[in-house]
Amino acid sequence: MTARTASRSWFHWRRRMSNRLMWVIAILATLIALTPLVMVMYYLLQQGLPALKLSFFTQLPKPVGETGGGMANAIVGTLILIGLASAFGLPFGILGGVYLAEFGNNKLGQTIRFAADVLASVPSIVIGILVYGLIVAPMKHFSAFSGGVALGIMMIPTVMRTTDELVRLVPASQREAALSLGASHVKTVFTVVMLAARGGVITGILLAIARIAGETAPLLFTAFGNRFWSVKLGEPIASLPVQIFTYAIAPYDDWHAQAWTGALVLVTLILVLGIVARYATRGRVRIVR
Amino acid sequence: MTRMQVKSSQASPLKNRGVFGANLADRAFRWGTLAFAIAIPVLILVLGIILTWDAMPSIRYFGWHFLTRSIWDAAPDHQYFGIVFAIVGTVVSSLLALILAVPISLATAVFLADLAPRWLRGPLSFLIELLAAVPSIVYGLWGIFVLVPLLRPVETWLFMHCGFIPLFNGAPYGIGLLAAGLVLAIMILPYITSVSREVIQAVPQVQREASLALGATYWETLRGPVLRYARSGILGAIILGLGRALGETMAVTMVIGNCTDIPTSLFSPASTMPSLLANEFVEATGKLEPAALVEVALVLVVITVIINAFARMLIWKVSKGDLQGVRE
Repeated sequence: MTARTASRSWFHWRRRMSNRLMWVIAILATLIALTPLVMVMYYLLQQGLPALKLSFFTQLPKPVGETGGGMANAIVGTLILIGLASAFGLPFGILGGVYLAEFGNNKLGQTIRFAADVLASVPSIVIGILVYGLIVAPMKHFSAFSGGVALGIMMIPTVMRTTDELVRLVPASQREAALSLGASHVKTVFTVVMLAARGGVITGILLAIARIAGETAPLLFTAFGNRFWSVKLGEPIASLPVQIFTYAIAPYDDWHAQAWTGALVLVTLILVLGIVARYATRGRVRIVR
Repeated sequence: MTRMQVKSSQASPLKNRGVFGANLADRAFRWGTLAFAIAIPVLILVLGIILTWDAMPSIRYFGWHFLTRSIWDAAPDHQYFGIVFAIVGTVVSSLLALILAVPISLATAVFLADLAPRWLRGPLSFLIELLAAVPSIVYGLWGIFVLVPLLRPVETWLFMHCGFIPLFNGAPYGIGLLAAGLVLAIMILPYITSVSREVIQAVPQVQREASLALGATYWETLRGPVLRYARSGILGAIILGLGRALGETMAVTMVIGNCTDIPTSLFSPASTMPSLLANEFVEATGKLEPAALVEVALVLVVITVIINAFARMLIWKVSKGDLQGVRE
């Protein structure tokens, strides 16, 4: 009898212990998962802050050997590339998403959704090679325009998917109310439905921009990079990620410091976009429910 | 259906109507938006055609040898290319990343989905997502200047004390496969974590309650009903992570050492298919090198697209109710 109780309590003890062990492992794993984030942020601030001066935003890169200078051309270049990408990618993303939500309940719609998933899974460097083959090779030189197209292509799947899903979430009653007042389908969609879905659509757009803002690989063969001031769309243009890459693999300490500062600016830009996107989502939830 | 009825009741004999009662603007709307949507499958087709077309000289010249030999000889007069070294580098660095990232991701996902106090779940998930927001180039920068110097003494120690294991029998440069695998692990961790977290949260609450009511501990509940229910989705999450690791370019290019030999240990400098493209494409010369690089891109895209499609299928099976009988 006693032996039996003892073995049972041993059994209970073991079960309780393995349960506790799982808790400890889960907490440890979460801490380990967050360590790289803390380390990256720490080094970004530690290495990036010293060179973060006004001149970093206003001056051009100095020739090798001279200290100082900034990344004004790369910051402006990144903004231009984001603008070009949005101008090219957003019409496809938003209007394509509207099509999927409004008319996409069939085989064709499923095919298009599948294609968007495939496009999202194509490695970014391959997008660079595609645009090189489509635009750069025929034109025979690198250009800001081709960089914008490459980034724009990368925006399409995200924007299309969020627009599709968010437009679907708009309650049928709103749509029916507009139609019953005599509005045409197109008017219903672009006034009533899109207005209700705008928070979510804007979130999708901001997330897509945050994602492409830091992309380097597709720009290597398209926008290329430029050490000088250039805002012409037909010529190679500097961008923050490519400039960081060039500086990081160069053998000069001064360039390394600038690369860290560039990375700090880039990460800040992306985080701000991400946080604004989160707020926009909150708005959406209120509107939809 | 409702939309159609509303539409037809609004029909007026005064206006010229289409077959379905849609007026001109509505038809223009439908076909106009279709034009934008259809551009996506067309773009995929164009991608396939352009890559195949541009790779043709290389495909014709090397045939299967391109995938079975290991040589990158770009000297203009006797160019010869076989990409086994890049395939090995890609596969080994990605598998290494999975081995490092999967256990941590899954334990973190379990913590975020089931164990953590409710007030902590939101902020923690947000921090994990931040990890995914940091661009590749920044991980590369951090990898070169922080991770590689940290790794060098570790590799030296492993070489001195565990050098008899072939994996650790190599010169400890710091840069190389191990560094690439570590950076990739950090980069895919947030993806595997958040997808698995969603999949675990999608397991019906009754599954947990039933198990706990029978006297099982949290761990037993998790190991049994919860993970069994979620397993194909979790597998999907892992494969999705693999897909990302295979195509990752910048961070890997910056820490892997870009050597075109087959790696002999975990410390060897190596190349992956994306890093080969990033390094060589702009400077490619001669008749065959550009075509060979485009063929690398073609191989890469075929692999990643297949892997991603497979992963999405697995995740879809869980989230859309694979086990219908057990649903609430």
